[in-house]
Amino acid sequence: MAEVTYLEALRQGLWEEMERDEEVFLLGEDVGRYGGAFKVTEGFQDRFGERRVIDTPISEAAIVGAAAGAAHMGMRPVVEMQFMDFIACAYDMLTNYVATARYRAGLSTPIVVRGPSGGYVRGGPFHSQNPEAGFFHTPGLKLVCPATVRDAKGLIKAAIRDDDPVIYFEHKYLYRRLKDDLGEDEEIITPIGKARIAREGTDLTIITWSAMVWKSLDAAQTIEKEDGASVEVLDLRTLLPMDDDAIMASVRKTNKVLIVHEDSRTGGVAGEITARINETAFEWLDGPIMRVTAHDTPVPYAPTLEDCVLPQTEDIVRSARWLLAY
Amino acid sequence: MQRGAGVMTPTTRLSREQLLDMSYYLALTRSLEERLVNLYRQGKVIGGLYRSLGQEGESVASAYALEPGDVLSPLIRNLGSMLVMGAKPVEILRQYMAKETSPTGGREMNLHFNDLGLGYLGQISPLGDMISVMAGICLSFKVRDESRVGLVYIGDGGTSTGAFHEGVNFAAVQRLPLVVIVEHNGYAYSTPTSDQTATPRLVTKAKAYGIPGITIDGNDVLVVYEATRDAVEKARAGAGTFMIEVVTYRRKGHAEHDDQRYQPKEEIAEWAEHNDPIDRYTATLLEQEWVTRAELDDIARRVSTELNQAVEECENDPLPDGATALSRAYARPPQVEPLWFRRLDG
Repeated sequence: MAEVTYLEALRQGLWEEMERDEEVFLLGEDVGRYGGAFKVTEGFQDRFGERRVIDTPISEAAIVGAAAGAAHMGMRPVVEMQFMDFIACAYDMLTNYVATARYRAGLSTPIVVRGPSGGYVRGGPFHSQNPEAGFFHTPGLKLVCPATVRDAKGLIKAAIRDDDPVIYFEHKYLYRRLKDDLGEDEEIITPIGKARIAREGTDLTIITWSAMVWKSLDAAQTIEKEDGASVEVLDLRTLLPMDDDAIMASVRKTNKVLIVHEDSRTGGVAGEITARINETAFEWLDGPIMRVTAHDTPVPYAPTLEDCVLPQTEDIVRSARWLLAY
Repeated sequence: MQRGAGVMTPTTRLSREQLLDMSYYLALTRSLEERLVNLYRQGKVIGGLYRSLGQEGESVASAYALEPGDVLSPLIRNLGSMLVMGAKPVEILRQYMAKETSPTGGREMNLHFNDLGLGYLGQISPLGDMISVMAGICLSFKVRDESRVGLVYIGDGGTSTGAFHEGVNFAAVQRLPLVVIVEHNGYAYSTPTSDQTATPRLVTKAKAYGIPGITIDGNDVLVVYEATRDAVEKARAGAGTFMIEVVTYRRKGHAEHDDQRYQPKEEIAEWAEHNDPIDRYTATLLEQEWVTRAELDDIARRVSTELNQAVEECENDPLPDGATALSRAYARPPQVEPLWFRRLDG
């Protein structure tokens, strides 16, 4: 057993899929010769060649468009956004072209668009975003947000094999901080659309994903130790399609729900989860559904400012206590 | 399409049969649009109707320069190119009338459909997007060492988009076998080219991307064919991306509802009387004695019969069942669940 980082697990997933299927190829800015801004694809061009690891111009829309065209012809492109903040530059291509292709025209477009998202790294307004909500509203796309080392590998492999377009949101804070043992001979594939109970509990459910899973687990532990209450943490893993069954099962079990996401509040994914619980399991609730999210501002640069804007473990603890006492 | 058959005429790389074949596609394009106007006036076309009157020549001739296995992406005024690639008039009619039997089952309109086996990929409405998608198709040709070429159309207005710039630049720097046909027809909806770009010749943009480009008379069918065929052959030989600016004129409005108040009547009349691509082509064929009037009359009759049959075949087809709208947003799951209010009893 070897301990690997979240980033190494992602690399392993990409590598194994490229070894397995010669139609899988990579394209993006600085992914080849340089190995990517975060070195996710370091060594890939040496192994797989320039035809399968393609350095592109700074043209997010054209990169996604070209991936779509190649995918129509039976290839399996994996696009890197150097930072997920820049995926906005490809918004038209992803929402108008890629997401609609199967529905309107029967075109298969099995592309993966992956890249680092998230804050807590003092990256400022354009290297810290969590742009999932901007794509959550688009039928035809799938969105995955791995929180664990295992899922970093399992979800990239599942995304590459999926016949639908998948946006894979990595969390750059977790890249090298998170380590785990992955079995050496085991084929790890995390099914898209299935949530995971990260921690069992009976008194309150925290619904969350990506890096917020870890802050939520910390909060749950604090509450258990200091308050004696049992908090369940549900790691959604996939935002589209959302695992309603797992959400409702947990709501029926704990009857109280706190949703935690790193993205800003207004129009964030928490609102949709709240509405779904309201429509499906209203009578199971013993309190209002509450949210812990970033404030409604861009993500600022200075550590003091960023810490104020982004959700912190203490925010989760405080909100969970309020809800437990309700 | 008649490919490589017969004896070449002295001044073209086309046989007599191929010249007649292009006449057929030109007539088919114009007549099909005329049928669509009738259907539109009868209220049978569900959405807008987009005409290529006066531009049929460049669509047909450029597509005709491709070989089996090549792929093109048409714009709304490239009906002729799709017919050349093998799209059937009945499919176009069904698309416009949103029939259940249409290639998209009523999900999409007019020319927005595709058959990659035959070699055409329908556009989406945001202009310029298809250039990078076609670059991706050409990328697959390149990495698979396939001797295939892509061709994509863009209008004068479309050259103003960021997607155009990113797409052409991407194709150029990757040396992809893509021919970009820039159709300079004078207007983007109501906006004249002079309000679209400060350059009078759109092909100057090619220089900025480091690719060859030429400007040609888009209403001279044989010139368009020869220029496109040259570009296609070079692209196939590995020379990368090419741009061809075809100068033509949009004689109808953006769509059938458009009264063209912004186009001088004399300008439209001038192009109609003296620069119609089909008239010019026909005159050349007859002057050169490559074809006979009787052969062209035969084509007209054949087109008319075919279109009668096509309209008859689909006019009474039903619209799609509403509930079919909930399938195929994804490969998996294949079906969208009806929302709760549709599941309520009574």
